[in-house]
Amino acid sequence: MTRVTAAPASTDPGAAVTRGADAPRVTGRRRNTLRRQRLEILLFVTPALALMAIFVVYPVFSAARMSFYRWKGFGPMVDFVGLQNYLRVLADDVFTDAVVHNFTIVFASILVQLPLGLALALLLNRRIKARGLLRTIIFVPYVLAEVIAGVVWFQLLQPRTGLLERMLSSVGIPVPEQGFLGTPDLALATVFVVLTWKYLGLAVLLFLAGLQGVPDELHEAAQLDGASWWQVQRRIAVPLIAPTIRTWIFLSMIGSLQLFDMVWILTGGGPANATTTMATYLISQGTQRSNYGIAGAASVVLFLIGFAMAVAYQFLVLRRDTKADA
Amino acid sequence: MARRSTTYGRGGPFVYLVALAVVAVTLGPVLYGALGGFRTNAQLARDPAGFPDPWVLSNYTNVLGSASFWRYTMNSTVIAVITTAVAVLAGVMAAYPLARYQFKLREPLFMVFVLGLLFPAAVAIVPLFILVTRDLQLGNTWWGVALPQAAFALPVTVVILRPFLMALPKELEEAAMLDGASRVGIFWRIALPLSMPALVTVGVLAFVTSWNAYLLPLLLLQGDNRTLPLGVADYSTQYSADTAGVLAFTTIAMIPALMLFLAMQRRIVNGLQGAVKG
Repeated sequence: MTRVTAAPASTDPGAAVTRGADAPRVTGRRRNTLRRQRLEILLFVTPALALMAIFVVYPVFSAARMSFYRWKGFGPMVDFVGLQNYLRVLADDVFTDAVVHNFTIVFASILVQLPLGLALALLLNRRIKARGLLRTIIFVPYVLAEVIAGVVWFQLLQPRTGLLERMLSSVGIPVPEQGFLGTPDLALATVFVVLTWKYLGLAVLLFLAGLQGVPDELHEAAQLDGASWWQVQRRIAVPLIAPTIRTWIFLSMIGSLQLFDMVWILTGGGPANATTTMATYLISQGTQRSNYGIAGAASVVLFLIGFAMAVAYQFLVLRRDTKADA
Repeated sequence: MARRSTTYGRGGPFVYLVALAVVAVTLGPVLYGALGGFRTNAQLARDPAGFPDPWVLSNYTNVLGSASFWRYTMNSTVIAVITTAVAVLAGVMAAYPLARYQFKLREPLFMVFVLGLLFPAAVAIVPLFILVTRDLQLGNTWWGVALPQAAFALPVTVVILRPFLMALPKELEEAAMLDGASRVGIFWRIALPLSMPALVTVGVLAFVTSWNAYLLPLLLLQGDNRTLPLGVADYSTQYSADTAGVLAFTTIAMIPALMLFLAMQRRIVNGLQGAVKG
């Protein structure tokens, strides 16, 4: 870890001596200490574990249980239907489309945001003026609530009256009749553009932090050997920050699978279900139509997909990093 | 270490041009919102791009003068403060033995928190809604939103805090123990004050996450108990014709998060980078 701040060094040489003298006595009381220690640990971890058990673990299990019942949200859960909810969810085009949309965002993020973020980080890593200010500005969208960013973009993207369409048409670029968010073929891409605006700053920031850990001497040595700036970046800087890149990909994947807020604000999943995600599907099934069993099954599928991807990624990609560290 | 300046790593005109374009794209929408709030709707329809002419203050004064805006702000603040307090306190308490004690279940226990990172709130959201509103009778209350948010903030809090606590020097604690202080006393009087910088980092993260949260408040809060993001979203659908008013409301709602970010920038950045580097 790099965040260690001024460590108050123990300056009293006497302390060490006293400790040495006391050591045998401490071992003598070992059994008593152990029991006490167990109590202390329990005291320390109980609040956190209780909160997680009540608000994370229990609801997740309860979603899994719900998925085996037909339940409208009132009365006891008695109408056991086995895997029927799963069959219905998996046969529902809206849901399978939602899965496709989530994965489109997952891959588009990696294919677009990764090169873009890397390029910007490499540029900003040069000794240019106002670098700190630039970094702050790039990070601003990340700090805003998705809802707030979404509302502003919704206004920008208004068909005909919105600023963006006017700007495009004033330079002669044709705009779709229904607006970017109202055209089924363009809506998901438009949501992705807004998401990129919102989240690129995080990628740039993380990559920059990684790049700043690359020692200057490497650059200088490579430069002396006649390598061009581009060669240095490609052969030295980027490989060295590969662990950061892999971690970013992981975070981005998990985030894309959970996508909800921005879609809900910009399109509500429409037009014609062109932008539904697994999360918007389960929310509209659960809280709007009271199909709790269906929502439960969708939750479990979402969790399993996320979990499988996390485990696979851990094994295939991230494991290299932990091995290298050890 | 003084950085030697080489022509090599410096930016040429191209770099500055790209930087300028990035700044324009990044800040464009934010400025559009802020400036749009100073226009009338007629101005917005006529010329949404340039500077407002004349500058209209009424949109902003209307928002600042409305009782519901201040209620939303208070709700957001109280919920974020409770979330932060609970998450940081429970988080540092859990991280402390995970960092400082040797016991058999230490790593499995830590894995519980690491795995917690993988549980998105969306998965549990429907049962969570039922749990909070029916079983706990906390629907439409501050605590009903804050407690689940704190629980979901715990994994990242513990994962960031543990390595920090591990890196704290042990000498002070050992000396205090010889002086007869209990482990709990050491935790309060020594470990907590020493880990303040890390606590601020995770606190800011929890606060901003809660401040920006949408899904859980959307399901749990109605009427006067809504938070700012809900207020903004509802306002923009209810008064969709009043674009200038929506932009003014949105812009004002941005300000607290932006100010907190600017004040705490280094800590947020360090926290995120620390979390990624593990």
